[in-house]
Amino acid sequence: MKAFAQLFLSLDQTNKTNEKVRILKNYFINVPDTDKMHMLALFTGRKPKRQINSTLVRKWAIEASGIPAWLFEESYHVVGDLAETMSLLMPFNLSESSKTLTEWIAEINRLGTKTEEEKKQWLLNSWGTLDNSERFVFNKLLTGSFRVGVSQNLVIKALADVTGIEAPTLTHRLMGSWQPETYQYTQLIQDQNAADDISRPYPFFLAYPIQETSEKQKSADELRTSLGDNNEWQAEWKWDGIRAQMIKRGDKIFVWSRGEDLSTEKFPELHPFLNALPDGTVIDGELLSFTGGFPMPFNVLQTRIGRKNLNKKILEESPVAVIAYDCLEHNGEDIRYKTQTERRKILEELQLATPFPGLFRISALIPFNSWEDLGTIREQSRAMIAEGIMLKRKSAAYQVGRKRGDWWKWKIDPLSVDAVMIYAQKGHGRRADLYTDYTFAVWDGDKLVPFAKAYSGLTDQEINKVNNFVKHNTLEKFGPVRTVKPELVFEIGFEGINRSTRHKSGIALRFPRILRWRHNKPKEEADTLDSLRALLGD
Amino acid sequence: MANSLLEFTDKGIYCAKGKFYIDPWKPVDNAIITHAHADHAYFGNKHYLAHHFSKEVLLYRLGDIQLQTVAYGEKVIRNGVEITLYPAGHVIGSAQVRVAYKGEIWVVSGDYKVEDDGISTPFEPVKCHHFISECTFGMPVYKWKPQVQIFNEINNWWQTNLQNGIATALVGYSLGKAQRILQNLDLSNGTVFTHGVIENTNEALRRNGITLNPTVKITQDTPKEEVRKGIILAPPSSVGTPWMRKFQPYGFGYCSGWMALRGAKRRRAADRGFVLSDHADWDGLINAIDATGCESVYLTHGYTATFTRYLNEIGFNAHEVHSLYGDEEQESAIEASPQPSPNDGVKNNREAESHASPVGGDMGKEELGEETL
Repeated sequence: MKAFAQLFLSLDQTNKTNEKVRILKNYFINVPDTDKMHMLALFTGRKPKRQINSTLVRKWAIEASGIPAWLFEESYHVVGDLAETMSLLMPFNLSESSKTLTEWIAEINRLGTKTEEEKKQWLLNSWGTLDNSERFVFNKLLTGSFRVGVSQNLVIKALADVTGIEAPTLTHRLMGSWQPETYQYTQLIQDQNAADDISRPYPFFLAYPIQETSEKQKSADELRTSLGDNNEWQAEWKWDGIRAQMIKRGDKIFVWSRGEDLSTEKFPELHPFLNALPDGTVIDGELLSFTGGFPMPFNVLQTRIGRKNLNKKILEESPVAVIAYDCLEHNGEDIRYKTQTERRKILEELQLATPFPGLFRISALIPFNSWEDLGTIREQSRAMIAEGIMLKRKSAAYQVGRKRGDWWKWKIDPLSVDAVMIYAQKGHGRRADLYTDYTFAVWDGDKLVPFAKAYSGLTDQEINKVNNFVKHNTLEKFGPVRTVKPELVFEIGFEGINRSTRHKSGIALRFPRILRWRHNKPKEEADTLDSLRALLGD
Repeated sequence: MANSLLEFTDKGIYCAKGKFYIDPWKPVDNAIITHAHADHAYFGNKHYLAHHFSKEVLLYRLGDIQLQTVAYGEKVIRNGVEITLYPAGHVIGSAQVRVAYKGEIWVVSGDYKVEDDGISTPFEPVKCHHFISECTFGMPVYKWKPQVQIFNEINNWWQTNLQNGIATALVGYSLGKAQRILQNLDLSNGTVFTHGVIENTNEALRRNGITLNPTVKITQDTPKEEVRKGIILAPPSSVGTPWMRKFQPYGFGYCSGWMALRGAKRRRAADRGFVLSDHADWDGLINAIDATGCESVYLTHGYTATFTRYLNEIGFNAHEVHSLYGDEEQESAIEASPQPSPNDGVKNNREAESHASPVGGDMGKEELGEETL
């Protein structure tokens, strides 16, 4: 654990990419292979299953730190991270432990069968042998909240440097549902990855935004300059659903979402079409709910993602279908190297052959004659229930991860309203102990009605100013939430708006964020609930 | 508190009997200053009283003021009220102010730490009936390790940077932290180079008869290669400025109690955060308050609400007081005060300052308090 805690600490202590890669390589070189696999699992988002419920961990941490529960809670609000709070509040350790990461994780995984008292004893003993930084990482593992500020790309780059295997190959071999207990390091790095898992998805190819923000609009001329002849490009709508990969191999079907969750059972209505695919097929596409042949807004799909059990009603109300973008494997052959146009042809053939055209849809190509033409078409996105337009270079292969050059997304501008900040709460992580999480309201007559929460969009300097404002203009405190004097006005941007019975305002926004601070706008001039309702478009 | 010996007014802590204020934030006739940090020593008072060791720094920071200085333990009588300064251990010359009248004793802590830093006169508990205390780090997540451990970390880090051929920039407040670091660096590693703001403070202290380790002030002509072989001591206001960037590549370390939290460290974007504070930690505060044997304790700045509640739970008679110590609202007042201009590469120090405070909140307090010139 010392090596792993040191790895975490060292990565935390630098902002330089090269230095991070150096630290990662150093770790790979110095730890046992089993530790490498556990580290790779953790750094690619494969958290160990939580074996002690976090309420109990918290309770025992409060006991171990010898402070009242309310003070523990206040400390948590200052620190902004539970694992860190626990590690800071306990007395300094008196002894040490030389157990490896593998050994610790094995111990954690054995806890499932233990009694509550045994778990408690084990936990208190463990805390007593770990220093502050080890304890922090350990708590993260224990509470299943392990996250690290290093991209998977960097980890894979370091691993590629150490093993001499190319990064895209490693990325692919680290996809899917492998377990660090059973996937051996030697398997990962062998020349021919013969033991390939039939469920393993390919790394997704992701698009870069063509314009960074809505304030940096691209003109047709600029598009021509940066992308060249429009005839070299294929345009499609950018659908707003769940990006997914569908696999049929060895007569088995698998549905993977982009978060690398195996979601086959979450979409039973897709099974007939997947079973009907020829063996050795992998399709990249978007999952959306449909009604009467038209896609429904994302929030419809969202309500069923979280459900454990899918009842008949849900399946009837929001049936899911696929809008296919691409074909990555055909007749068992990885065809990602083929051009966009070649893959598109194969995809179209597959789609023509399906007995389930209502489930297996294809992302229509948008015909356009010029960049000006496409700019006009883009303005219809919202009416199409699309997020904008995708541009794909006809001659390009299907690549790994987010790459510039061949795939671009050209999103529509967000909707926006001017709103008044009325509540504030302290943030987490980098924003711990600062008021960074705000609730915004619009006018309903002479009342301010809260309608959105937003966390991002301000610069560090602006956050400091708002933080100060909150501290000096607090009207009431409710636990961690402060009611502040309604005064500051912000422009709030969002991707979509829908009716909601769960919110006081009667509306729910998709991706609300702060676009800018309207310094000169008096609160009386903020928007009204009616102006929001008008955006519902009905 | 209308009839008590000390009261809290909109100008600061006031003694009506003795007709003086302690660390007032608005101009008054008679001010007693606990220490020379900007949130405690404001410009514009008619008469100042402070410890001998604060003299030159106060004159440097506030210009031509009418200043009387005294030793620790030396009694001063004002309108029959007895005033005595005791060491607060916060920075060189920092004092607690003991105020006594007809057997009633009050102590105002100013800022303090209980660990002996080897350069400030160590904190001394003073028995009193009423104790007015800071609680900048009044949360149980703040627990300091002995400074020898922290300086080992700092000296090792410096050595590693030397081996890697990169410069070392260590950031800390110019009065207090900078000298504490200076006196504890392993000088066999190399020379200590200083930013002008820190060197001006060092010079003021040297004029005051305080012996500090040798330093070399960085000027336009200081060769970059020489600096790389030593260590740079710089104030927070220099972070991210062209002055600092010209020494790239460098390791950037930050010394502050706030570095105890990962979030604060990440906001600072420091390569290394060293948990080194000139304030008392959680246990230090409680022990210090306990040692006064006071009947009641008043908490002026820091996590006052939480700390007050906890003290009451464990049997103290504690009260939360609103003060402007460390408060960022004073910014304008500070900016209006005459500023000796440190002419060393940072074109506009105040601009640099705001640039250097991506932390805000309680951290901003300490920073503003201690770093604004």
